[in-house]
Amino acid sequence: MEEVMGVINLSNDRDQLNELTFHRSSASVPFGGRYRLIDFTLSNMVNSGIRDVSVFISNKYRSLMDHLGTGAEWDLDRKRGGLFILPPSFEHTSSPFKGDLQHFQDHIDFFYRGQQKYVILTGGNLVANMDFRPAFEYHQVSGADITVIYKKLDPDLDDDQSYRKMEIDEHRRIITIENESNRLKSNKSSLEIYIIEKQLLLDMIHTNTENGKYDFLQHCIIDNLHQLKIFGFEHKGYAVKIDSIESYYRHNLKLLSESHWHNLFSEPGPIYTKTKDEPPAKYLDGAEVSNSIVANGCLIEGKVENSILFRGVKVHKGAIIKNSIIMQKSEIGENTIIENVILDKEVFISPERKLIGTKDKPLVLGKKSMI
Amino acid sequence: MYQKEVVAMLLAGGEGKRLGVLTNRQAKPAVPFGGKYRIIDFALSNCTHSGIETVGVLTQYEPLILNSYIGIGSHWDLDRNRGGVTVLPPFVQQDGGRWYKGTANAIYQNIAFIERYNPRYVLIISGDHIYKMNYSHMLKYHIEKNAELSIAGIEVPWEEASRFGIMNIDPSTRIRSFEEKPIQPKNNLASMGIYIFNWDVLRSYLIKDENNPNSSNDFGKDIIPMMLQEKRKIYAYPFNGYWKDVGTIESLWSANMDLLSNHPSLDLNDYHWRIRSSNTNYPPQYIGSSAKIKNSLINEGSRVYGEVDHSVIFYGVHVGKGSIIKDSVIMPNVQIGENVMIYNAIIGEGTIIKDGCRIRSENGKITLIEEKTQIFGSPQVEDIHAVNINS
Repeated sequence: MEEVMGVINLSNDRDQLNELTFHRSSASVPFGGRYRLIDFTLSNMVNSGIRDVSVFISNKYRSLMDHLGTGAEWDLDRKRGGLFILPPSFEHTSSPFKGDLQHFQDHIDFFYRGQQKYVILTGGNLVANMDFRPAFEYHQVSGADITVIYKKLDPDLDDDQSYRKMEIDEHRRIITIENESNRLKSNKSSLEIYIIEKQLLLDMIHTNTENGKYDFLQHCIIDNLHQLKIFGFEHKGYAVKIDSIESYYRHNLKLLSESHWHNLFSEPGPIYTKTKDEPPAKYLDGAEVSNSIVANGCLIEGKVENSILFRGVKVHKGAIIKNSIIMQKSEIGENTIIENVILDKEVFISPERKLIGTKDKPLVLGKKSMI
Repeated sequence: MYQKEVVAMLLAGGEGKRLGVLTNRQAKPAVPFGGKYRIIDFALSNCTHSGIETVGVLTQYEPLILNSYIGIGSHWDLDRNRGGVTVLPPFVQQDGGRWYKGTANAIYQNIAFIERYNPRYVLIISGDHIYKMNYSHMLKYHIEKNAELSIAGIEVPWEEASRFGIMNIDPSTRIRSFEEKPIQPKNNLASMGIYIFNWDVLRSYLIKDENNPNSSNDFGKDIIPMMLQEKRKIYAYPFNGYWKDVGTIESLWSANMDLLSNHPSLDLNDYHWRIRSSNTNYPPQYIGSSAKIKNSLINEGSRVYGEVDHSVIFYGVHVGKGSIIKDSVIMPNVQIGENVMIYNAIIGEGTIIKDGCRIRSENGKITLIEEKTQIFGSPQVEDIHAVNINS
């Protein structure tokens, strides 16, 4: 995989994560007790043997930059190559964002400088533990111009609306991909992971931007379905896109099934993230925890059931937490009851409160809320 | 030549014989502690928090794990361009080589290292104590007293006093006499093995000591008595926080248990004095529906289905259904089957304990299981495999 450069393109992650993305990009939304969404894609790239990864960031990226740092946690702090974080160029922060191709064009040198012959292009909000190597091998063997990784939707797991569905003929050639309209009756949905030869990508960037076309999906893929050999490669494992509060809530709580937890975090490779000097979680007198995921630095004196606690959460005596997701450093006061709730970071809930959402519509409190 | 005000020399060569099988393959400072740390993390974190950024770590016994753990010092923010952490093993010179003969000799052999930084003061610490201490306060005290040597001291229980170097001080805290492990201690102010020397003074004594063929080349036994005899200005720096020498199985076990009280005197959750460590990248812990946990510390990467009461569980540990773990320390990656009972034990790293095993010693002593042991589930097994170490 030395011939592949990784590009994580955050310019067009669709998200309706509301409160959770007021202050951050969807790629840096916390997930699974100690991760950020981008950790999955980034770890997949590294575990697949990719050594150069660039992240095209578009806005609200303070927390993402903080998280990624030098890339050391992913072993991407290299003298040559490694991690590149590429913000939008200055001129265009004052004008409306035209599209990801403009962003690529602004950093075209990055593509020229890389020694690699191929590019793997992904978004930043897919939760999966995936080896890209089989898809890359397929790409080379099949003679495809572009390979798109897709999965078959699972009615129990997936929300139709979130995915761009596609049709594929018997030679695995893609005939249609939805852009926005959600009209196709197909169970195949694009995971928006593209493998493409760098020269072709550069060519498409130049031609399109010169003609005022700036959308990778529309102008490079959809418009070329008939001219280029654009093939699909099926990913058979678990992969979910997190782009709404509902999918965020549902897929987090799905991790409470142990086999799920195990598969997502360890196979085929480990998921790396920024580590912290948090002490082990401490269970005090009165702690009652079951069927939950707990990160380090937590102090638990209350009851936690069917929930996910991120690092450094405090649960005081008599508090009851059920079916909830509590992010870093939030604090739950004594005898407070919380059910079907998502608390963003550093939320403080005073004693004796009752916060109850529903399974379909969890209650969400934004970062640093105090109640 | 630029000057560092203070260089720390951390003695980490200790074999730690009294820790039994825990130190078969690693030096005492590398022994895991507190659910995620190694003992040496405490001294190194203290250096970082005290603003000391030049640390020499003197290794000797089983250095592999310790060397790779320390690495370039990045875990403690000690990967600096100037200074930072340097691992200093014994080495061979033109006139031959030798092991570190004693604590003082270990520093003597590294005079060249210290002189690279030309420091005014040298802090000598060891890698086998659990405590949080701001050395810069001690340095301030040392400067105020116009001392040539300051020794940190803590009051220990009288019955334990004969395990330590005991300092007899006058009202100005100047040390008048020093007795290494006295049979009949005159008081209970023990040396914590933390010294601040003026470098020029230390240097001259190291050379003097080295030229004495009868010396055991040890700070407690040779250097400090010699300085006292020559009426050097030696002061005791009183410390009254938590401090524990985890030199024995019992003290290692009880220092782990000390962390479990509701308000431990050594607070790991203090945001301003985090103990820095290597932070293994494990997923968060998974607590099953059948789990019961109280008064315990549990680290990432663990999966718990059984009952954990008043225990410390390191990373990557699996506790099966129906198992009960009480008053115990379970080191990294231990796999515990179903219906296992473990009381008053320290279970070494990577041990596999099969279904139905019982580990408990008769006389209330701590049972210690060597790392990477396999224990099978017949009822008699506890007597056959469980290694019982008396200190």
